[in-house]
Amino acid sequence: MAGKTLYDKLWESHVVREEADGTCLLYIDRHLVHEVTSPQAFEGLRLAGRKPWRSASIVANPDHNTPTKDWDKGIEDPISRLQVETLDHNIKEFGALVYFPFKDSRQGIIHVIGPEHGTTLPGMTVVCGDSHTSTHGAFGALAHGIGTSEVEHVLATQTLVAKKSKRMLIKVEGRLERGVTAKDVALAIIGKIGTAGGTGHAIEFAGEVIRNLSMEGRMTLCNMAIEAGARAGIVAPDEKTFAYLEGRPYAPKGELWTQAVAYWKTLKSDPDAVFDAVVELNGADIAPQVTWGTSPEQVLPIGGCVPDPAQESDAVRRASIENALKYMGLEPNTPIEQIWVDKVFIGSCTNSRIEDLRAAAEVLKGNRIASNIKLAMVVPGSGMVKRQAEAEGLDEIFKAAGFEWREPGCSMCLAMNADRLNPGERCASTSNRNFEGRQGPGGRTHLVSPQMAAAAAIAGHFVDVRTLL
Amino acid sequence: MQAFTQLDGLVCPLDRANVDTDAIIPKQFLKSIKRSGFGPYLFDEWRYLDHGEPGMDCSRRPRNPDFVLNQPRYQGAQILLTRDNFGCGSSREHAPWAIADYGFRVIIAPSFADIFFSNCYKNGILPIVADAAMVDRLFKECEANVGFRLKVDLPSQTVTLPSGESFGFDITPHRKHCLLNGLDEIGLTLQHADEIRAFEARHQAAQPWLFV
Repeated sequence: MAGKTLYDKLWESHVVREEADGTCLLYIDRHLVHEVTSPQAFEGLRLAGRKPWRSASIVANPDHNTPTKDWDKGIEDPISRLQVETLDHNIKEFGALVYFPFKDSRQGIIHVIGPEHGTTLPGMTVVCGDSHTSTHGAFGALAHGIGTSEVEHVLATQTLVAKKSKRMLIKVEGRLERGVTAKDVALAIIGKIGTAGGTGHAIEFAGEVIRNLSMEGRMTLCNMAIEAGARAGIVAPDEKTFAYLEGRPYAPKGELWTQAVAYWKTLKSDPDAVFDAVVELNGADIAPQVTWGTSPEQVLPIGGCVPDPAQESDAVRRASIENALKYMGLEPNTPIEQIWVDKVFIGSCTNSRIEDLRAAAEVLKGNRIASNIKLAMVVPGSGMVKRQAEAEGLDEIFKAAGFEWREPGCSMCLAMNADRLNPGERCASTSNRNFEGRQGPGGRTHLVSPQMAAAAAIAGHFVDVRTLL
Repeated sequence: MQAFTQLDGLVCPLDRANVDTDAIIPKQFLKSIKRSGFGPYLFDEWRYLDHGEPGMDCSRRPRNPDFVLNQPRYQGAQILLTRDNFGCGSSREHAPWAIADYGFRVIIAPSFADIFFSNCYKNGILPIVADAAMVDRLFKECEANVGFRLKVDLPSQTVTLPSGESFGFDITPHRKHCLLNGLDEIGLTLQHADEIRAFEARHQAAQPWLFV
């Protein structure tokens, strides 16, 4: 019999029962909750007279609606404020292991604070009513996004009704050049397999490049697994994972830590494990990436030119290119390096961790943003990231370069708070989605790494950050 | 949840691939703490010429006459026909809530994004995966024939064209059972509460650090 993949092991260790058609009840260890996708779920519990099965599995905090400046004014939009207050009220009524309300010094993006406090551990099942829950797979956890009905189901039963996905291995061997990051690896993968390439699959990322990534880099990569269509991305835990977790507030301590690490070391695919699909890339071939269209798969290396729909023979794809160019205000065959930007956003659950801020600051140090940049902003992923960056003096580098230094939250990744693009504005963004209207109605998003965003801020247009390092 | 058995419905063609959940229901509408009332804002940025905000009276807003939902021939449609990877992006269940609230009960596409696909079943919507050649043909017939309808039969898992031709579709027995009976999945799961408790006890013994 063939060996098991890491995904098989994670799945099998959480199956409560299995129906004849393969539908399983899967036990959930960690439930992350934010204000946008939970109110209807708590309301459902209340209407049915149910209680959470295990409120100690819940880690919660508001992030999507919270403002990133003028915190003394509170949340000015009354509808946003009601949603955040509703979360306060629900957690007070139903309980949680961890809750950081708005303005708490530890509050931040849910996918940043979970790992930061050691509430995401290898071998866990982790869910959240948020597609970027795939982030937590970086720790060797089975983590994926769910809808609000499923949030209610997990609250009430501690389980999820689910069917096993297929297994995909994405192997990235070799070495990355300086200036090429986890974000570029993620975008290059999506460029290769498409936004539906991973649909129906759980992706395990492996190979020398992945092993060499920091935990922050692995989180960036797993975060973008959903952009490749895969609900879950996973990296096998190793010494780096254990070193990151040791001593964090909710990580096991003492004898339990020793026991846990012994178990976590078994969490890897067997050498003879079989995958349903295997994709291989060479790290040395990956250049800094920039998206040009309205889907993350519409991406090119920095040296590329915007495609010409006339060269596309498939009618559906040609229409997609035409729609994207029209929305993005771009002419066919334009070199990526000749695309000028209006705003720069460094933040989001993809790229707002301390390593991301250090990398951007390294590029910016001693430089100023170009005169055509209307706004450049850094939104740290959490209060802890913000304070760490300030302790290292990164905030001073950003401010000296002309960036605004904001309070933590999801911010302009999806523009549910006041941070947004105006119609027609073009943004170099370290977030994860370049969909139409994502960063504000009519706004134009180009996804890049933090280094590439910093380089674009200095030049005023996209440039190859490798020439600046 | 509203049960689903059969439907004889008008088809509305949305000829785009990779329609994402931000397009289905833009973020400003996610601030609601309710499950209802999203239908008027379905595809808001494509459907209206102005910028929509929660609470607006949509009957007074300028409509985009080129957008398919606004064309008189598709008024009252209950079946949405579309292209690959429908529902990609965010996990927001507001997307199927908006689709159901508008009046669609069936979506036919060559493929769907995973989270959206499972969210549909929780809301009485039947997502049907049809092969790309059939979807192409349905687009052509829909375009050519005003009032083009399809008959969808869940018990026999078939879709029948006006010509009498039909094609089958897959659905797991569990989802079919829940949809046919409009069942509350939480109630079903709680019938296995003893098994969940027993699992939890074993799990805690094996990995006590998860329960600290």
